[in-house]
Formats: sequence, C-alpha cells, structure tokens
Amino acid sequence: MAQLAQLPDVVRRTGVRNAGDRLFQRVLAAAAGVILVIMGGVALTTLVSALPAIRTFGLGFFASVEWDPVAQQFGGLPFVYGTLVSSLIALSIAVPVGLGVSTFLSELTPARLRDPIRFLVELLAAIPSVVYGLWGIFVLIPWVRTVLEPVLARTLGFLPLFQGPPLGIGMLAAGLVLSIMIIPVVVAVSTEVMRAVPRMQREAALSLGATSWETTITAVIPYARSGILGAIFLALARAVGETMAVVMVIGNVPQIKASLFAPAATIAGVIANEFAEASDPLLIGALLYVGLILMAVTVLINVLARLLVMRVTKGPNLVRD
Amino acid sequence: MATGSFASAGYRRRKLTDAVMRVVTFLCTVLVLAPLFFVLFFLASSGAGALNVEFFTKLPGPAGEPGGGMANAITGTLMLLGIASTLGIPIGVLGGVYLAEYPNSRLAFVTRFFADVLSGIPSIIMGLFAFTAVVLALRGFSALAGGIALATILIPIVMRTTEEMVKLVPQSIREASLGLGIPQWKTLVRVIVPTAAGGIVTGTMVGLARIAGETAPLLFTAFGNRFWNWDIRQPLSALPLQIYSYAVSPFTDWHRQAWAGALVLVAIILVINVAARYAASRQVKVR
Repeated sequence: MAQLAQLPDVVRRTGVRNAGDRLFQRVLAAAAGVILVIMGGVALTTLVSALPAIRTFGLGFFASVEWDPVAQQFGGLPFVYGTLVSSLIALSIAVPVGLGVSTFLSELTPARLRDPIRFLVELLAAIPSVVYGLWGIFVLIPWVRTVLEPVLARTLGFLPLFQGPPLGIGMLAAGLVLSIMIIPVVVAVSTEVMRAVPRMQREAALSLGATSWETTITAVIPYARSGILGAIFLALARAVGETMAVVMVIGNVPQIKASLFAPAATIAGVIANEFAEASDPLLIGALLYVGLILMAVTVLINVLARLLVMRVTKGPNLVRD
Repeated sequence: MATGSFASAGYRRRKLTDAVMRVVTFLCTVLVLAPLFFVLFFLASSGAGALNVEFFTKLPGPAGEPGGGMANAITGTLMLLGIASTLGIPIGVLGGVYLAEYPNSRLAFVTRFFADVLSGIPSIIMGLFAFTAVVLALRGFSALAGGIALATILIPIVMRTTEEMVKLVPQSIREASLGLGIPQWKTLVRVIVPTAAGGIVTGTMVGLARIAGETAPLLFTAFGNRFWNWDIRQPLSALPLQIYSYAVSPFTDWHRQAWAGALVLVAIILVINVAARYAASRQVKVR
C-alpha cells in the first residue's frame, strides 16, 4: 500500500494542501491517538491504583498461599497457580488440535470446504464466554464428573494429577472449557500465517515429488514457525485473561492441589467474584494488585506474539483474536 | 525420499502417510466443531422451552419465585451497545482512516501496534479501567461506565477494520477525485469512505457482536439492575450479566431463564454476524 502513502506527500510538496486538509488531518490523528490514551490510561490507572497494595504486601504477596479476606490474609499464589495450570491444560489440548485444523484448512482441504469450515470456527469464537460458562455448568461438568474423571482415575489414577473425588467442578473442567474457547485463536492466526507462506516454497517441495503432507511439514511449517509460535502465545494470553466461563466452572477455591479434579481459582476469576462487592481497602488493593499482574502478563505475551506473527506476515496485519 | 519407480513400496508408504494425515487433520476439525454443535443444541433445546411472552415483557421476579422475565436486561444490552457505538464508532472510523491515509507516520505505527495489543488485553482489565476512570469519578456504578468499558474494546476493532477497508479502495478512484481538484479531506469524506463503507459496516458489526456478549467488563461498571432504567448515570442490567447471575443461582426456574437468555443473546449475536456478512457481500458487488 505504499503508493497510497505517497500521494498525500506529493500533494504536500506541491503546496496544494488547503486549511481544510490540515484540520482534517488533525482530527484523524486525534482519533487515532485515542488508542494511545486508552492504552496509557489502562496501564497507568491499573498501576497507580495497585501502588498502595504493592507497598503493603510487597513481592511476598506472590509467595503467600493464604487468601482469607475475613482474617485480612491476602496471598496471590493460588490465583497465579490456578491461572497458569488451567491455561496450560487448555494449551495442551488446543495447540495440537488447532494446528491440525489449520493444516487441514490451509494445506489439505479442497478449497470448497475451506470457507464453510472457517465460518464455523469463527462462530465458535462468536459465542460469548458467559454462554460457555452456562453450558459448562449444566452440560460439561456433569459429564466430567460422571464420565471423564472416573475414567481418568481408573486409567491414569497412579498419577497425583488424577486422584481424589470426582467433583466435576474444578481445574480440569476449566481447562476443557478454556481449550474450546482458545482453539479459534490458534486456528485463525496459524491458518493466516500458513497462508502467508509464499507459493514458491510449496511449489519447490511439490516439484521434488513431495506429497501434500510432506510439503506441509518440510516447506510450510518451518517457514511459518515463528508465526505459529505467535499464534500459541496469543492463545495463551486469551486463556490467561478469560474470565466468565472459568469463574463458572472452576469452583473459585484459592488452593493449590496436585489433583486436577480439585477446585481452584484464577486471577481474572477472583477479580470478577470479589471486586464489585469489595469494601475493605486492603481487599480492593489486593485485587488491583493481581489485576496489575494480569494486565502486565497479557500485554507482554501479546507484544511478543505480535512481533512473532509480524516476522512471517511481514508487517502488522489484521489478526483477530 | 524414496527412490525408484512410483510404484515402489516407499512411494506407497508415503502416499499412505499423506492419506492418514489428511484423515487425522480432518478428525481434528470435527473434534473442534463438535462443541459448537453441542452448545447450539443445548441452547436450542433448553432455551427454547423457557422462552415465552413473559420473558420478553416482564422484569425479573423475586428470588426463587418462578416467573418474571429479562425485558430490562434486553433493553439494557441494547442501551449499552448504543452508548459504546456512539463513543466508539466515530473514533474508530476516523482513526482507521488516519492509519490508512498516513500509514508510515510514527503515530500510525504506534497506534496500529497498540490497537492490536489492546484487543488482546483481557476484557475484565477494561472493566477495572472503566471502574477507576468512570465509576470512582461519578461515585457510582452506571450505564455510562459500562458503555465506556465496552467502547474501549470496540474502538481497536473498528479502527483496524476501517484501516484495512480504506486501503482496499482502488488508487484510481482517489486519483480521479484529486485530479478534479477536489481537496484531500473532501475526497476522503465523499469518495474514499463511502466506497469502503460496506467493509467498515461489516467490521463494526462484528465488533458489536463481540461486545454484546461481554460480561466481565460490566460486573463492576454497569453492575446490573433488577428494574427498568433509562438514565445513563444509574446502574443498568444487561443480558450477559443476568445470564451469569441466574446461572450461578440455586433456583431451577432461574436456570431455565438463564438458558432462554443465552439463546436470545446468541441469536442477537448471530443475527449481527449474518447481517455483517450480508453487508460484506454487497460491498463486493459495488466494486
């Protein structure tokens, strides 16, 4: 789109610009600048409002496992742990399956099927978090309690991960719901990255006699590698920040248990649960503190992911998540 | 790589791998789409039964008593969408035109990047932002705070799609207008943006569909309300909020209504999405 950029410059050099143009440019720039105001506002207000809590609790906040607002005990570790583990469960399901779908969509499917499948995957992303949560409570959790957890306990019960009473509500259910919700991110971004691989790359492999699958793993995926990594990071950021569906199925018990069957809690979850009703300044401070961490972590992962995706697609492009 | 004729064992094995992987990746696709059908199936079967006239016309009933509806939540969601659109669409469209028109300026580069980062920040953080920026300033939960929280999510989406759509407008159209001596601003307002309008409408509607279902940023901004409210300075109910509080309640009738609410919400979102696609298809015809 370079030629679009040149025209206004040409016009500017020849001095044809009138006052209306200059004014209009300022209006446009101001609108674009709103993004920076929001970004700065989000970063600043979160940081400033968390400062008192940072001073009170220090870094030891994230080493403490006690969360008892009644006893004025505030430790952030259980939420960090719950966020991390539920996201990792989600990634361990969503990444292999999502990459399989992307490979299918980008390399192995007839073009006729591509658009309808893409539409359905987008639909999966369009369903609101709270609806997944509702479905999780009344459909997924009973199934996890009566089918999945007993089966896992029977077959893999020697692992501490799969021990304890099958409750349904808990880390495992949260990970499962999350995986459904982040798969569209993995699929959308990695399909786009794979489509951005130059045709010559494929043709070179095909002309050497490679099959479609061999072309995919020898020519396409290595080329798209950093973009695929970016897709995984974007999905991770999404999983870490996902709130409603997780709140509704994870049980919201701030504890660290080896078993995935046990209830847990996440950072976004505890904010959603306790912030609106919080009146104790210490509790509000603690919630803002974990909120700051959540924001910092997701911004960091996002920046990293965008840079990785940009390496493959050459420049920022419309990657929705 | 196998050598020799195409009929060799090595070649057959490679063809077999190829076929197996096709099937495996296809099964992945089926596995991914299965939850979609499960969710839609349960929405239809559990939600449709709970839908009735009362649901669309009545306020929520007293806790635990059967009956009542979500009329105020439906209008609340529409009102929040209205506030977010009023704030977000002009800013998003103007900013997007800037990004497309001055693509190599430093401001454009930074804005583009942070618009992408912003759309990756969890929506609950946007709620916290609106809480500290609006709720604390106005000393109370309000529809306005909820609308602003949603607008901060909408703006990056609208801006980035507008940019992409304006970039798609053929250079010749722009040159034709400038060649007639029409100033750049008028070219943008009267020629470029109308040409890209179909795509911009599509992107905006996709953004609206996205924020219509947001719950987390409303929890401590719009807050929820059991009664009618038309004042943007007062707490406001919204469909996602109502679904959430009914879903986690202990009452069976409220569970039924949560399903009905979810069905209505998903229907609204799907209608917006399909309409967006229609706008997009018209755009292609215009060109």
